[in-house]
Amino acid sequence: MTGTATATVEQLLCLGDDALVAAQRLAQWCSRAPEMEEDVALANIALDQLGAARLLLSYAGDLEGAGRDEDALAFLRDDRELRNCLLVELPDPDFAHTIAKLLFLAAYQRLHYERLAAGPDERLASIAAKTVKESAYHLDHAMLWTLRLGDGTAESHRRMQAAVDEVWPYTHELFEDDADLRGAWLSIVEPVLAEATLDRPADGWAPTGGRSGQHTEHLSYLLAEMQVLHRAHPGARW
Amino acid sequence: MVTAQLRRVAGSVVDPELRAVTIEELGILRDVRVDPDSGRVVVTITPTYAGCPAMDTIRADIRRALDAAGHPDAEVRTVLSPAWSTDRISEAGRAKLTAAGIAPPGPARGGPGPARSPAGPAGPARSTAGPVALVLSVRCPRCGSPQTEQLSRFGSTACKALWRCRACLEPFEHIKAL
Repeated sequence: MTGTATATVEQLLCLGDDALVAAQRLAQWCSRAPEMEEDVALANIALDQLGAARLLLSYAGDLEGAGRDEDALAFLRDDRELRNCLLVELPDPDFAHTIAKLLFLAAYQRLHYERLAAGPDERLASIAAKTVKESAYHLDHAMLWTLRLGDGTAESHRRMQAAVDEVWPYTHELFEDDADLRGAWLSIVEPVLAEATLDRPADGWAPTGGRSGQHTEHLSYLLAEMQVLHRAHPGARW
Repeated sequence: MVTAQLRRVAGSVVDPELRAVTIEELGILRDVRVDPDSGRVVVTITPTYAGCPAMDTIRADIRRALDAAGHPDAEVRTVLSPAWSTDRISEAGRAKLTAAGIAPPGPARGGPGPARSPAGPAGPARSTAGPVALVLSVRCPRCGSPQTEQLSRFGSTACKALWRCRACLEPFEHIKAL
């Protein structure tokens, strides 16, 4: 995927849908985060992800040449047509799950965008050069919370470990097309888990399918909420 | 020179979320020129953050300012490259931000600025963040004290963090290095 001279629609949809679905999940914390500052932080990170999604999906639409813009791609595709990884669509039963997912996603996005920023596709490189700087902030935020929860109280440790254990299998899918990045990713994630007194889960089960449109049932519910307004009132504007 | 005059007009547009400074001072304004074929004014801007929600307002304000100056059909283009950095904020812009109670950013280093690395400044978790970021103190824009602390990495807009002064106890916003 990274060896090709120019970006493909498929590649842009994978990147854009990761950001889009992550943004929607993060935004669900709006007004219900554990503290005010965190409410603002998660909303900001969601906004960054949404900004990336808009740029990537707009490019995908232009490249496809079928007249679909960012809104058509975000609001008028069904779950089977989305190309996001399963990790970002997983629900957030508690705050620890949000942090575990953000840690793993941001570390991956940081590395992936870094690579794309140096890639041959000019438009994708300029998007990646923009978003890689934002990913660094997301990663730092998730690292700080991982330490705080993992090395916190017995209850926060228990929850953070449970979240890491549950989400870990889904991280394998991130590297299906960039297998060589997993080493660099582990060298970011493993020291954070160690310092947070969390066990690094063993590699084993590796659920997959998101990149070919085979998602968990959670995505359909997420899309229903995200798309209902646009589908009920096509072209509606604020 | 007409272009310089047009640049003054477009550049005087105030940032809707940082009303102390203009888009010229923030480094958002990239270029102003007259298209030789159509005769239209073409303004090029760049976003601070990819998801900056102020861009639509900024575009509308630029068109309104040029309209008022006799150019009703100006076109505003957005470019991403080279990516905006807080290093593009001018000295005058930094002084105005400080006067408005917003601490200006330190130099951008390719990493997330003054954020503390959980694994220590040279820890392995920093390995992909480029040059090691030194922990620099942010001066309180109100009393000038360097005895300040970060309350939250994220603030009321994408580009700001929330800080507090331990000397005068006032909270303040800080534009984080990017």
